[in-house]
Amino acid sequence: MAVDTALLAEAALRGPAPRRAWWRSPSLLAGGMVLLVLVAVGVLAPLLLSGPAGTLTGDANLSPGGSHWLGTDPFGRDVLARALVATRLTLVMATAATALSFVAGVALGAGALLAPPRIRQVVLRVVDAAVAFPSLVLALVIAAVLGAGAGSAVVAIGLAGVPGFARLTYNLAQGVATRDFVTTAHLLGVPGPRVLTRHVLPNVSGPLLVLLTSSFALSLLEISGLSFVGLGVQSPQYDWGRLLNEALPSIYTSPWLVLAPSLMLVLAGVGAMLAGDGVARIVDPRQAHGTPAGRSGRTTRRKAEPEAAPADDAVLVVDGLVVEAAGRRLVDDVSFRVRPGEVVGLVGESGSGKSTIAMAVARLLADGLVAEARTLRLRDLDLLGRPPARRLATELGIVFQDPSATFNPALRLGSQLTEVLRVHLGRSRAAARDAVVAALTEIKVTEPARRLRQHPHELSGGMLQRASIAAALTTGPALLIADEPTTALDVTVQAEVLRQLRRLQREHGTAVLFISHDIGVVGALCDTVLVLRDGRVVDRTTGAALRAGEANHPWTAALLAARPGARRNEETA
Amino acid sequence: MNPATPDTASTREVVEVPTPSLVHVESLVVVLGHGRSARTVLDHVDLAVGRGGAHGLVGESGSGKSTLAKTLVGVHRPAAGQIRLGGIPLPRRGLRGRRPAGLPRVQLVPQDPWSSLDPRRTVAETIAEAVDPVRARVAPARERIRTLLEQVRLDADAADRYPHQFSGGQRQRIAIARALAADPDLLIADEITSALDLTTQAEILDLLADLRTRLGLTMLFISHDLAVVREVSDEVTVLLHGRVVEQGPTEDVFARPGAEYTRRLLAADPGAPGFSLDESG
Repeated sequence: MAVDTALLAEAALRGPAPRRAWWRSPSLLAGGMVLLVLVAVGVLAPLLLSGPAGTLTGDANLSPGGSHWLGTDPFGRDVLARALVATRLTLVMATAATALSFVAGVALGAGALLAPPRIRQVVLRVVDAAVAFPSLVLALVIAAVLGAGAGSAVVAIGLAGVPGFARLTYNLAQGVATRDFVTTAHLLGVPGPRVLTRHVLPNVSGPLLVLLTSSFALSLLEISGLSFVGLGVQSPQYDWGRLLNEALPSIYTSPWLVLAPSLMLVLAGVGAMLAGDGVARIVDPRQAHGTPAGRSGRTTRRKAEPEAAPADDAVLVVDGLVVEAAGRRLVDDVSFRVRPGEVVGLVGESGSGKSTIAMAVARLLADGLVAEARTLRLRDLDLLGRPPARRLATELGIVFQDPSATFNPALRLGSQLTEVLRVHLGRSRAAARDAVVAALTEIKVTEPARRLRQHPHELSGGMLQRASIAAALTTGPALLIADEPTTALDVTVQAEVLRQLRRLQREHGTAVLFISHDIGVVGALCDTVLVLRDGRVVDRTTGAALRAGEANHPWTAALLAARPGARRNEETA
Repeated sequence: MNPATPDTASTREVVEVPTPSLVHVESLVVVLGHGRSARTVLDHVDLAVGRGGAHGLVGESGSGKSTLAKTLVGVHRPAAGQIRLGGIPLPRRGLRGRRPAGLPRVQLVPQDPWSSLDPRRTVAETIAEAVDPVRARVAPARERIRTLLEQVRLDADAADRYPHQFSGGQRQRIAIARALAADPDLLIADEITSALDLTTQAEILDLLADLRTRLGLTMLFISHDLAVVREVSDEVTVLLHGRVVEQGPTEDVFARPGAEYTRRLLAADPGAPGFSLDESG
């Protein structure tokens, strides 16, 4: 029904899937260079070094040094030259195997998505079984069946990699296939295979690319492994694995023989892994931004020395609050006070900064957001310093927008609702439970004792939201922050939750900071109202004035006029 | 879908109301899930929308309003009852594949503007796909894309940009333009303003009203928000737990609500006159 505007704002902030230029990713740069060098070696070495690599000479079993940097083998061939020449065959085989895995795996995964349900189930079961099976063992079996040789090694390793690609493609594609744009394409009459190639596969390409690079590194090792055990490349051809295989019998007498092919293998593996890591970072926009500027605790700073705090009884004092992210100002010099028992509303559209203000007060700003203020004080608690966690947890209650996301779905409500009482106030389990049951009864949650034994999904949204209001009030907080608490609820449920909130607030005398995009709700509930636009307070008014339809500022008037009911009255008037 | 008459949407005249209903739903039952988890989501729902009419479908979460929309476009299959579009029964396989001759075209604008557009395709590519679903080529559709963007009040340079470069309201306009590109007889708007700010919602509602009069569209407008439905529809159906609790001309239903539930819905609107948070008992 409603979307979390704060999340959307954050998404918008993160930017439109920021694509960091590939050359600015150090790991991709390093990995790419290594692979490029290896490709160059693969192209050039067989042309330049086939003499020393293949000619039998009398200089057998020379140790490293002199004209043979890494020594010679039992037939007098240069070890380094052989390792370099073997690069071509190794890379070609690894590439071919990876390509086979990728093409066949993506085709299988995508085909499963298009197939009728029964065939899909069979394919997925087989793929699952194959994924669970170690791919090298699978490759060994395939190679044993096909017989030894370079070609069968490629086929074996390639086939062994198919299930991984198939499963990933299917899982990712299934996620995309339920999105509205895919459904819409179907309704427009776009043929199924075209929906797949046009909408689904392009949107899953990122993670597949990452798997592709790591799969290349794995194929490289596995193919070398097959050659090493004698099932891969056969004499007189040789790859790195074959070189290791030939070096094995004399590993104690001529240990230098394993050095060159091992080094090449490690180099190629590290290069591919680095490249994969770089690709992953570029594909995932959240990683692309790197580490955020500051973490919680350092995201809230004092702007200047506070003016001597005026002796007043305000529960919350916000003075000169500024919140910035990546140079953009989300909240611009906002100041207000909340007095005991007062309900202060922050109203504005998405991006107006209303939730950001609340989260700055609660010290819950998202990573990358930095808040500065002259004063940020909850009673005598300086929120710009390092307030004790226990006092913050008991003096500040928070109710979030989406009741189904507030609670951990795996835990019973009892342990979640009593947590603050047990952890921060040191109440016993039984005492905490009694307190919460009393609070739930007070907010008219039916069968409160039974609710505590239930899991969140067993309650309706309205009941859950009442429970979170009740839990937030059990510690007797000085301030309750309610961030769009009724936006996700149906209108009849919303009215009831607001009613209960209003009643409890009056009975307990709790001060409330109420955030909403709905100027009607804010007008009905709040004493004082701040109208926000683009991070600034443009109007300070009262709930009574809003209820009467009075607006001092043009933007408040525009918000009032945009309400569907108000528009209709205007038309009929 | 109808390549022979690509421009009819902009020139079509309003067909005289109330010829046989464009949408005729009779005793519709829809059951979702299988076996033990099967739930009857729509329970003997009747609904008729005349050509050129605007019908509002109101209900809270779980009322079955979105399921009704999806059943009309063939995503869900009826367990019982009948759906006729322009007098022709909706095929059992829905609207995918070959459609019976003369079956009116239906387009659905989904709720969430963040998931309704392919993030990797430009606005022009998105709309071109609706013009020609198979080839989806932009070049031959350029002129039509320009007209459509104009109709939804977006700048022509929007065509070559990607969805992430637009706000929620603008995305919703793009989704509407795509729906119009398929030259629909019936446009179903499923909560298309509920993720938007109030001022943006007002703009979209104005746009829909304007498109309806200009193009002679028949509209089924689905929302949880009574005030929104009241603004855009001539007739309204109130759903509760899959059943119709009230149906009739919008102004009658709002002025003299017959069902207890409709009265409760009306009274719960914080903007309604007389709304109070003091407990009445």
